[in-house]
Amino acid sequence: MKNFNLFFNRIRQNRVFWPLAALVLILLFDGIFAPGFFKLRIQEGHLYGNLVDILNDAAPLTLAAIGMTLVIATGGVDLSVGAVIAISGAMGAVLINPLFGKTLTLNAVAAADISHTPLPLIVLADLAGGILCGFWNGILVSRARIQPMVATLILMVAGRGIAQLITNGQIMTINYSPYFYFGNGFILGLPVSIYIVAAILILAWALVRKTSIGLFIESVGINSKSSFYSGINEQNIKLFAYTFCGFCGAIAGLILSSYTHSEDANNLGLYYELDAILAVVMGGTLMTGGRFSLFSSVISAIVIWTFTITLYTIGVPADALLAAKAVLVLLVIVLYSDYTRRLMNRLSERRGASHGTNTAN
Amino acid sequence: MVKPDNNIILTMEGVCKTFPGVQALEKVDFDLKKGEIHAIVGENGAGKSTLIKVLTGVERPDAGIIKYDEKVISVKSPQEAQEMGITMVYQEVNLCTNLSIAENILIGREPMKWGSIDKKTMNIQAKEILMRLDIDLDVTRILGTCPVAIQQMAAIARALEISSAKILILDEPTSSLSAHETQQLFKVMRKLKSDGVAIIFVTHFLDQVYEITDRITVLRNGKLVGTFATSELSYLELVTKMIGRSLNELQDMTKLKLESSHHIKKDELLEAKGLGRTGAIEPFDLELHAGEVVGLAGLLGSGRTEIAELLFGIERPDSGSISMDGKTISDYSPIESIGRGVALCPEDRKAEGIIPDLTVRENIILAMQASLGWFKYLSLQKQYEIADKYIALLNISTPSADQLVKNLSGGNQQKVILARWLATNPRLLILDEPTRGIDVGAKAEIQKLVLSLADEGKSCVFISSELEEVLRTSHRIVVLRNQEKIAEFNSDVGAHKIMQSIAGTVSTKART
Amino acid sequence: MAQTQRIKLFLLHYGPLLTTITIFLVAYITGGLLYPAMQKPQVFFNLFINEGSLLLCSIGMTFAIISGGLDLSVGGMIALVTTASAVMLKHGASPLVVMPLMLVMGTAIGFALGSIIHFFKVQPFIVTLMGLYFCRGMAYIISDLSVTITNKDYLFLALTAIHIPFIPRSYVYIPTLVAPVMILVAFYLAYFTRFGRTVYAMGNNEQSAMLMGLPVARTKITVYAFSGFCSALAGIVWSISLLAGYGQFAQGLELDSIASVVMGGTLLTGGIGNVIGTMFGVLINGTIVSILQFNGTLSSWWNRIAIGVLTLIFIGIQSLFYVTKRPSSN
Repeated sequence: MKNFNLFFNRIRQNRVFWPLAALVLILLFDGIFAPGFFKLRIQEGHLYGNLVDILNDAAPLTLAAIGMTLVIATGGVDLSVGAVIAISGAMGAVLINPLFGKTLTLNAVAAADISHTPLPLIVLADLAGGILCGFWNGILVSRARIQPMVATLILMVAGRGIAQLITNGQIMTINYSPYFYFGNGFILGLPVSIYIVAAILILAWALVRKTSIGLFIESVGINSKSSFYSGINEQNIKLFAYTFCGFCGAIAGLILSSYTHSEDANNLGLYYELDAILAVVMGGTLMTGGRFSLFSSVISAIVIWTFTITLYTIGVPADALLAAKAVLVLLVIVLYSDYTRRLMNRLSERRGASHGTNTAN
Repeated sequence: MVKPDNNIILTMEGVCKTFPGVQALEKVDFDLKKGEIHAIVGENGAGKSTLIKVLTGVERPDAGIIKYDEKVISVKSPQEAQEMGITMVYQEVNLCTNLSIAENILIGREPMKWGSIDKKTMNIQAKEILMRLDIDLDVTRILGTCPVAIQQMAAIARALEISSAKILILDEPTSSLSAHETQQLFKVMRKLKSDGVAIIFVTHFLDQVYEITDRITVLRNGKLVGTFATSELSYLELVTKMIGRSLNELQDMTKLKLESSHHIKKDELLEAKGLGRTGAIEPFDLELHAGEVVGLAGLLGSGRTEIAELLFGIERPDSGSISMDGKTISDYSPIESIGRGVALCPEDRKAEGIIPDLTVRENIILAMQASLGWFKYLSLQKQYEIADKYIALLNISTPSADQLVKNLSGGNQQKVILARWLATNPRLLILDEPTRGIDVGAKAEIQKLVLSLADEGKSCVFISSELEEVLRTSHRIVVLRNQEKIAEFNSDVGAHKIMQSIAGTVSTKART
Repeated sequence: MAQTQRIKLFLLHYGPLLTTITIFLVAYITGGLLYPAMQKPQVFFNLFINEGSLLLCSIGMTFAIISGGLDLSVGGMIALVTTASAVMLKHGASPLVVMPLMLVMGTAIGFALGSIIHFFKVQPFIVTLMGLYFCRGMAYIISDLSVTITNKDYLFLALTAIHIPFIPRSYVYIPTLVAPVMILVAFYLAYFTRFGRTVYAMGNNEQSAMLMGLPVARTKITVYAFSGFCSALAGIVWSISLLAGYGQFAQGLELDSIASVVMGGTLLTGGIGNVIGTMFGVLINGTIVSILQFNGTLSSWWNRIAIGVLTLIFIGIQSLFYVTKRPSSN
């Protein structure tokens, strides 16, 4: 019995537990109340179905959450993710159909399935834009010592303006079919976006867990001063986190604008930063910084979309979705609050598991 | 002088308090008379702060009786203590720096007129309150723009005003004050004393103790050494009671000098010339050699930690230079120091040492990993190896290397930090109070460890408040007083001389 | 020596506010010099007419930020209020019922958010984010399409011009007056009530405030209730100005509000700031918009870029005033 308790505690304390449990719960709900939810069909060699939709739709948010996790782990926050998505999409759209001066793109031109810039260059430009934005944020936070919320607020406000500047204010449609690949293509039957997310997740994981960067991020987030005394370059760690977040935002923008075949600088990626922060918090990373789990944030992002699609499926009107999301946030709040934590501690203490002792000052 | 009993306002009898791994207070007695200024002194870990916390309701004692005005009391919270008339002004002034002085004194009980705060009356009232303490200030000034001395006055004024306090506890009030400001504070204290308020004055500035207090209570390692009338205790006696056993015992100890003296290679490892930092430490010279342990002796606030921080690169010096292996250092930062083979085990393990939510293993390998950079990541296997090695070597009591450091007792946390720095294989290891909060057995282990490091050819700087520790482990001792290097001795010169040097009763000659 | 000391203290205290006012004057005067049409007095009053709602919810936001928190729900509240009002009016409810009801609703929602923040000890960011989703979500549920307001009282309020005495050809509307009045009320609350002083104390150091015996819990909840009240008021003004209710109104307004408050000199860490600064922060926003309108060729997105740049400049200047070192071990 004792072994089971310890095992149970280990699992419970693992950061992935709650998001995974939530996911399982929602899927169970679907299994019972939404018949046909799990139906998958194959068409033209491509897999379709709710499950696939969830992963495809969740891809941009998942990417944003991956980047945001690192930033929050250092004790900061990045409010500019949505703006970076818009900028990235704008760059892509414009490179396909460059605008000179203040001209607006003619419909005929936009409808043509050609691009003035080769696709690889577009991708590179997108990524460079995102990295630059992230780097800018990182410099403000790590060198100028500006508070993260204020520093990233600047780009958040100005960023959409910049995106509109790039597109000359118009909502640009994209008809260059290779560009659609990111949001709409399929590899081995599964949407491309899933592969992109997996690749970035593996890249992020390798960067933070196969090098000392992850350890340093956690250390800096928990106790910046002690980390400094231990010889960690706290400034560069923060710079890295924000730059990587910008990088992730750029890719998210690529996928999103590819999916919608358009770039609306005002609305692309709207509120993505808020959802990303929510996903990270759901994933168990404290907003004050410290221990983090990329996988947990990813699962949380998927939970948010699974929740959304479930509501669609059971017939909740589209308008009620936002309010339902509020309920989800409330649940997160309650679950992660002090009360619940103490309640859980008390429950496990009664079973005999030992917990930390108070230490003398 | 025998005073009638009804002059005693507070007694604490047999107070005990234990934290995991450490007995903070062991059967401590304390009494306080009305209208007296009573000092509590003792070095780090003596139990001063715990005693005060018990009195103000922040901590509950495990045993002991507290009597206030002859009645037995049990203080459950700071609010309760305040209501009883026991108020405290903390070292970090707990006021709001964005409000005016008057507001800080009166906030929550401001005079109102027609439903809104009557600012004019509030300012007048605040001024009156301060005048009662013989303090004349511009009460409309924002607290944050005032020097700490003024902030303290405001804190004292508020504390007294809130509960018409009968007991005022001042915790290290003069740490950030200039000489002039200290005198102003003393003026206020004398005024309060004449009003019958009993003041507990916790400080490490002994000359101030002699200037203003009536009685002194000395604590050491959680035990009461004694309570004395200030006029009847000499400076040297006081210092002895605080940091050492009797002088005879100390003489015996120096005879136990270990043989490692002849292992000292005369290779110079580091030379500091005229190194100083304004407000922290006067310019000093220091030479460190491989295979040698240099102890920094002196009281709290004498500049020991400041020297350590300069040597490790936490702070930049304002004057002078450091050269290692003959080359002058130009970049001051922890990471550069680690690269040069210097390590600092800092004094405040909570704020500068442990990363509480990381595991023992992660804490131990942290500095070593930092010196390797981002991409040369130690494999998990290697990390466990290193962690296990030091857990065994330092006898760290932990269920496993994966235990979160915050769950360890203070002493074991200290050992983890020590392990972190040993793991970097330094040439020069600076230890600032490495045995604080560690039980006696472990203390001896660490002292032996330091000497064995010297045997291996490393250089060590050993800082401790306990003189016998310094004597036992150092080959050479540097004495500091009032942020200045006073003297340097070979450790066989005798404990007495060193004690006198610290106390400042004998003119000292620099070592040739 | 005392003179320079006094000047230094004055600058420290009023510096950020003066900077904001200076930036506003520079922007406004530059606009007037570039576009003579902007020199008309009506342009100034238009600032208040157009930015009324932003100003109102920024007042509540200012209090929330000074207390050390944040309120992300303001835009959602405006959407909810406009939609609920529009639908109720359409069904024949009287404005005398609708308006007070909206205010009660806003205060109640704010009260609930504040309570959650306090009792569950959760970051205001997350809780008010939920408030945002909830309010806007409810707005969509009430009506997913825009609803026009045809109520004659609302029309009266929306179209009746009040002429400004002594200044020819200048006017404002009745709802325009709400924001300036609220500014005065807020100013009074901030500096002349125990509630206001406690808000400042809490923002500076919540622990100190508690140790000093201040009613921190009560004040915290009241702050969010007040913010909810201000946002609801902003929603009422919005619904009168646009004579419609729509769930998509005020998207992103909360972020504009935060930017205005920051530019007004309020520190995001709490304890410092005031509503006068916020007012000028909002006016700067409005001035930039006006300049762009008068230019005619530059497009509206330059507004965002300009605000971003100005905020950056302002933060830079502000850091000169507050060089206090903060301990960095969490």
